[in-house]
Amino acid sequence: MVPSELVLGVHGRALRAAPVRERLVELALLACAGVSVVTTVGIVLVLAGESVAFFREVGLRAFLFDTQWTPLFSSPRYGIWPLIAGTALTSGIAMLVAVPLGLLAAVFLAELAPDGARRVLKPLLEVLAGVPTLVYGAFALLVVTPALQRVVPGLAGFNALSPGLVMGVMILPLVASLSDDALRAVPMPQREGAWALGAGRVPTILRVVLPAARSGIVAAGTLALGRAVGETMIVAIAAGQEPRLTLDPRVPIETMTAFIVQVSLGDVAAGTLASRTIFVVGAALFVLTLVLNLLARRAVKTAPGGGS
Amino acid sequence: MSARRDLWFTLLCAAALALPLGVLVFLFGDVLLLGLERLSPAFLTSYPSRHAEHAGVLPGLVGTALLGVMTAGLALPFGVGAAIYLEEYGGNRRIARAIEVNVANLAGVPSVVYGILGLAVFVKTLGLGRSLIAGAATLALLVLPIVIVSTREALRAVPMGLREAGLALGATRWQTIRRVVLPAAAPGILTGAILAISRALGETAPLIVIGAVAYITYLPDGPRAAFTALPIQIFSWVSRPQAAFAHNAAAGIVVMLLLLLLLNAAAVLVRDRFSRGGSR
Amino acid sequence: MIAAPAPRAPPTTTAADATTPVKLAVRALDAGFGATPVVRQLTLDVPERRVLAIIGPSGCGKSTLVRCLNRMHELVPGATVGGSVLLDDHDIYARDVDPVLLRRRIGMVFQKPNPFPTMSIRENVLAGLRLTGALRGGRKQPAIDGIVEQALTRAALWDEVKDRLAAAGGSLSGGQQQRLCIARALAVEPEVLLMDEPCSALDPIATARIEDLIHVLRERYTIVLVTHNMQQAARASDLTAFLLHGELIECAPTERLFTQPSDRRTEDYITGKFG
Repeated sequence: MVPSELVLGVHGRALRAAPVRERLVELALLACAGVSVVTTVGIVLVLAGESVAFFREVGLRAFLFDTQWTPLFSSPRYGIWPLIAGTALTSGIAMLVAVPLGLLAAVFLAELAPDGARRVLKPLLEVLAGVPTLVYGAFALLVVTPALQRVVPGLAGFNALSPGLVMGVMILPLVASLSDDALRAVPMPQREGAWALGAGRVPTILRVVLPAARSGIVAAGTLALGRAVGETMIVAIAAGQEPRLTLDPRVPIETMTAFIVQVSLGDVAAGTLASRTIFVVGAALFVLTLVLNLLARRAVKTAPGGGS
Repeated sequence: MSARRDLWFTLLCAAALALPLGVLVFLFGDVLLLGLERLSPAFLTSYPSRHAEHAGVLPGLVGTALLGVMTAGLALPFGVGAAIYLEEYGGNRRIARAIEVNVANLAGVPSVVYGILGLAVFVKTLGLGRSLIAGAATLALLVLPIVIVSTREALRAVPMGLREAGLALGATRWQTIRRVVLPAAAPGILTGAILAISRALGETAPLIVIGAVAYITYLPDGPRAAFTALPIQIFSWVSRPQAAFAHNAAAGIVVMLLLLLLLNAAAVLVRDRFSRGGSR
Repeated sequence: MIAAPAPRAPPTTTAADATTPVKLAVRALDAGFGATPVVRQLTLDVPERRVLAIIGPSGCGKSTLVRCLNRMHELVPGATVGGSVLLDDHDIYARDVDPVLLRRRIGMVFQKPNPFPTMSIRENVLAGLRLTGALRGGRKQPAIDGIVEQALTRAALWDEVKDRLAAAGGSLSGGQQQRLCIARALAVEPEVLLMDEPCSALDPIATARIEDLIHVLRERYTIVLVTHNMQQAARASDLTAFLLHGELIECAPTERLFTQPSDRRTEDYITGKFG
């Protein structure tokens, strides 16, 4: 009834063509995945190439030890620290807002809120995380700064305080959402163990749940810091364009990201030293955020929930 | 009493959540009020102008729409393809693990750095100039990790049994993926894709770096044309010292948020409508 | 061409006689995951157009064994296979065998009904042919309708769904879904049908219908039925094989295995001393 040659099935037509086509499809898909690798290589090559050209002219010493960053002036200085200080200041203020509030919000979502409230609030947080940062920047400049000027004496029109606070609100959903995941990954029996010992709800959260979720929370904070360091529009709009080695949150400063925007908006001739500065600053930014992301991934790996 | 302390603690935590939400609601309301004065049909159909009250967002709206379509056209094939490879073929192969780590790290790279990449590669090396296509390509690279991650989640949600059923019927791996797995994962992939594109459309910094122009009084006539985008126009208005332009910026923000809200609603609709499964 | 609706004949147990040709021959089969063996040196004959039931406690390797018969086992990462399986005297693990084509000759039905959720009932039946590109060009609509009707008829589902072929496969009851999956497997015109605990997710009435169906299907197909339910093996099969810890303890005509098992361990299992 049926031919006994196994290799020829009923629909034997497709016989030998299939494996070749299958292989081609797999290779095409692998090539798609390869685009992400090419992107990384591209970023590294572009940043490193221009940076090397920059350092050949400026020298690493001036970059690391000068205290002024004035590459667009007629007598340019290339010390990176003022930009790093600006980034550190705005990111620091943002973290002061986002970490405590985000953590408390996460405790509310994971441990205290009724299930219904959680189901509404968590997607809401995700919507907030999707608001373009340009909008937050406009808030900071047009609404928050004027309001703060009424209470903070000596607050300039451009300053680190207002964008820092707004950035804190911007990254808060990220901290809350990731910490919420970390708290929920703590196994129920650990809480039950504490309750069975007569511990109240709050002491259980503070002494048992939060310590158990520690690495996940650290990862959340680290990722949020990476986001703050790389955040561009809020600071470009509201923090000013004056690189300044200061910790005073009331005066105009400039972050690494804002500097890149400033140069991009101006007319800087290609191939000049000034045009290379954005690649150098970009490289510093890339390395900084990469380190923060790697640290966060490491912290996640040691979390009880595991995985990413 | 511990019950009392519990209550206070709960209130504190709830306040930590409510405070930023409240602040944001206030800010959105403020911007809406500020922009209301400028919002009119003419605002949507006018070109930029030196006179705040005549300036509109038409080129930005058109630019953003074109960027969205072109970014989707570039990011989706590669992103979905990469996700299929990692999820369906990769297994535990070393190359797949390496690509995964790479994608995770790319997701954390600041968007402004993608702008620098786009400037060097698309604008200069490939000679595309400060054009629409260079902007779309840059944004496509930016959202690629997001598309890959969300597509992988959608693929992972397809029950293993469906793949086995396809293979047991004598279909090859690719036939099974194309006819069984992808249709089943399509709503999830589409939802993720829409969210990724809405993320791209709100991006400003990379477009500034590759050189989108704010003041443009014509519509792009092809992929190589100079362009502007909604966020770029808003940014240029925000940066102006004259108070009158603040109204334009606020109105532009309202338009942009409405656009993104529509996209998000579409994503939710796709998810809800098709996740019930079955009917076609 | 189109088979008459299946008569609901009471199941009778027919012993395999010596003259029945062997359809599938398992020879010294080893299978496992990584370093863990699951099936060990297993040798077994499946006669043509008979029902072989495989019973044994959970974890004994029943499912792994049956998944080695259409080379589905090797799709699991880390899976290992050794030994051989002969289909019509040809080793399916030979180098020149395409497992994809093999699976068109050896169909499979799974524990949980898994109709394709995005396809209609009709498209589910045709899925195997569409997936493999067998329907591309050529065939006329009436011929395709004929395939659908024949497969559904053989799966004893035609009368229940003929008026709603465009409905979603997922809209059927569990038992109907499982028969749809059987129809889907039959439409590819396999010679062997592997059924991996096909009734474990079904209620007793749906189970009875599948068992009746198995009885009819054995007139055309060689069937390997994995089951954890000894009554089902007794009712639906001609031969029964008892597996324990990956080894074949005993394989005999079903009636004999259940009434006078030759191995002590078989007796302990069927009398409920363990498992």
